[in-house]
Amino acid sequence: MTTNTTSQRGAAVHARGLVKTFGRVRAVDGIDLDVHRGEVFGVLGPNGAGKTTTLQMLATLLPMDGGNAEVLGVDVREHPHVVRQLLGVTGQYASVDENLTARENLRLFGRLLGLSSTQARSTAEDLLGRFGLEDAADRAIAKFSGGMRRRLDLAASLISRPPLIFLDEPTTGLDPRTRGQMWDTIRELVRDGCTVLLTTQYLDEADQLADRVAVIDQGRKVAEGTPDELKSQVGSSSLQLRLVDPAHTADAVEVVRGLVAEQPTLTPEAGGITVPLADANRAADVLIGLRQRDLPISSAAVHKPTLDEVFLALTGHGTEDTRPEPEMEPTR
Amino acid sequence: MTTTTTLTPGEPTVTARTLAGARDLPTRPSVRETVSQSLALAWRALLKMRRNPEQLVDVTFQPLLFTAMFAYIFGGAISGSVSDYLPLLIPGILAQTALTACMATGIQLREDMDKGVFDRFKSLPIARIAPLVGPAVADLVRYGTAATLTILAGLAMGYRPAGGLLGVVAGWLLTLVAGWSLAWIFTWLGTVARSAQAVQGISMMVMFPLTFLSNAFVPADTLPGWLQAFVRFNPVSHVVTAVRDLLNSGAVTGDVGWALLGCALVVAVFGTLSVRTYSRKM
Ligand SMILES: Nc1ncnc2c1ncn2[C@@H]1O[C@H](COP(=O)(O)OP(=O)(O)O)[C@@H](O)[C@H]1O
Ligand SMILES: [Mg+2]
Repeated sequence: MTTNTTSQRGAAVHARGLVKTFGRVRAVDGIDLDVHRGEVFGVLGPNGAGKTTTLQMLATLLPMDGGNAEVLGVDVREHPHVVRQLLGVTGQYASVDENLTARENLRLFGRLLGLSSTQARSTAEDLLGRFGLEDAADRAIAKFSGGMRRRLDLAASLISRPPLIFLDEPTTGLDPRTRGQMWDTIRELVRDGCTVLLTTQYLDEADQLADRVAVIDQGRKVAEGTPDELKSQVGSSSLQLRLVDPAHTADAVEVVRGLVAEQPTLTPEAGGITVPLADANRAADVLIGLRQRDLPISSAAVHKPTLDEVFLALTGHGTEDTRPEPEMEPTR
Repeated sequence: MTTTTTLTPGEPTVTARTLAGARDLPTRPSVRETVSQSLALAWRALLKMRRNPEQLVDVTFQPLLFTAMFAYIFGGAISGSVSDYLPLLIPGILAQTALTACMATGIQLREDMDKGVFDRFKSLPIARIAPLVGPAVADLVRYGTAATLTILAGLAMGYRPAGGLLGVVAGWLLTLVAGWSLAWIFTWLGTVARSAQAVQGISMMVMFPLTFLSNAFVPADTLPGWLQAFVRFNPVSHVVTAVRDLLNSGAVTGDVGWALLGCALVVAVFGTLSVRTYSRKM
């Protein structure tokens, strides 16, 4: 098993000044990216920011209009065939064959990747098991749920055991439980020594998975850093509490002040208290403090900074989405 | 770790290999790889065909219908009787159904290319030509079905090819070769057109003159002079004449050579063009 160190020579992705124009639209407008080996790198940005276009250029799927890029030390423009051998790509929309079953899909891609018929068969079985698709292996893919399709798609990208994996919005449109499963799968890949470059529209996803994040907006990189560094530029999460008895408000405020040294904002008539938190983990301290003082609450919620707030802080404008996409519908 | 490292136990992971030297990987697929990738994609196309049998209408009902219809409608007028017309007609229908079948190749390729799975084909380290050759190879089944049914329909209606079994087999094979070769014209249209409908429209405009402005259904010498010139130049005419020679006399005539040469030329030109536009589209 390879180690996850980033000290190996050469970056997983090294891109300088990437440009892609579609007519008058500069979809990608001079982006630099450095992804270290063994890390999860998140590209965070709203719909239309240029995430997919960036990934497609790095994956040899779109020619670059400007700039240059290396994948594991191999020039993307010079040696696309080598780059394709190093990459597993899972697109934003499922790229499996609707006419074939899940098993047939995996066998087909195995054969295309040079496995023998028996190897392709056994790899397909292994992957179906690993991704919990055995029961659906012979069913029509048209009847698959969004989560199952994504899993099959990811499974197909892993057949050649590529050292570098691109995931374009791997959880957009998934329900929270399926999203959690996908996150676990991605973490396993990294444990196995893969490097992962993923795109997302959700700060909490980047926060959960990524070691480092680049925020892009209108084809440009507007910030880069660890998720914590980004969030600290934005401010904090907040704890929203509702007391059973509004008469306890003053006591509760006293508890909160003692614990987090912040001035909560109040909606006293409803028993509502909003506590700004520098660290979301302090929420538990506040809840325990209230219980120790016997101040019952009817609800509590931690509100994290949203991508919108990050954007507002970084660019001075929100993530105004001019054309909201239907979640799972291919728009091509 | 043990839960996720069970894919192919004992084999070094690509990760391990590539950390040793990504630069040592081949920079282009070998011929052997290209062939095996094309065959894998032909297998996919055959599965697809089996799942969507309605796509076989043009190679089953159409040849039967056209053979019967043309024979009974034009037989008397052109050759005096149905049985005298069949030796002229059957090779014509063979060429016509092969052309219709290969027109569908282009339309289906275009539809396919718009689907997500083609994105994956493009991202895989496979020969760029394989996704085009694979379906073309699978379509040999379609040309074979159409040719077999046409010949059987002819036999049922009283056609007795003088070329004998050998001549019939040779004519059948030539039909397949011609279908496969001419399909590259439509494959190329599939890679340049914007939509499947556009391919359909353009293909019709290509196919109708190719079939009807040929000697497929009428003897060329009944046509006006200016039309005869086109008919003689039309590669479909050569194929039809060649198939007629094989079926009706078992003779390997010069037209067989011309037909094969024309087919090779079409493959060379349109095969190259197809791969070029397909690769550039990515
Ligand atoms: N094939 C295309 N033709 C024209 N414009 C495109 C094409 N692909 C993307 N764009 C435009 O480029 C911009 C970036 O798109 P994209 O990379 O898909 O963003 P994201 O993946 O971040 O949502 C958008 O304005 C989009 O409309
Ligand atoms: Mg996108």
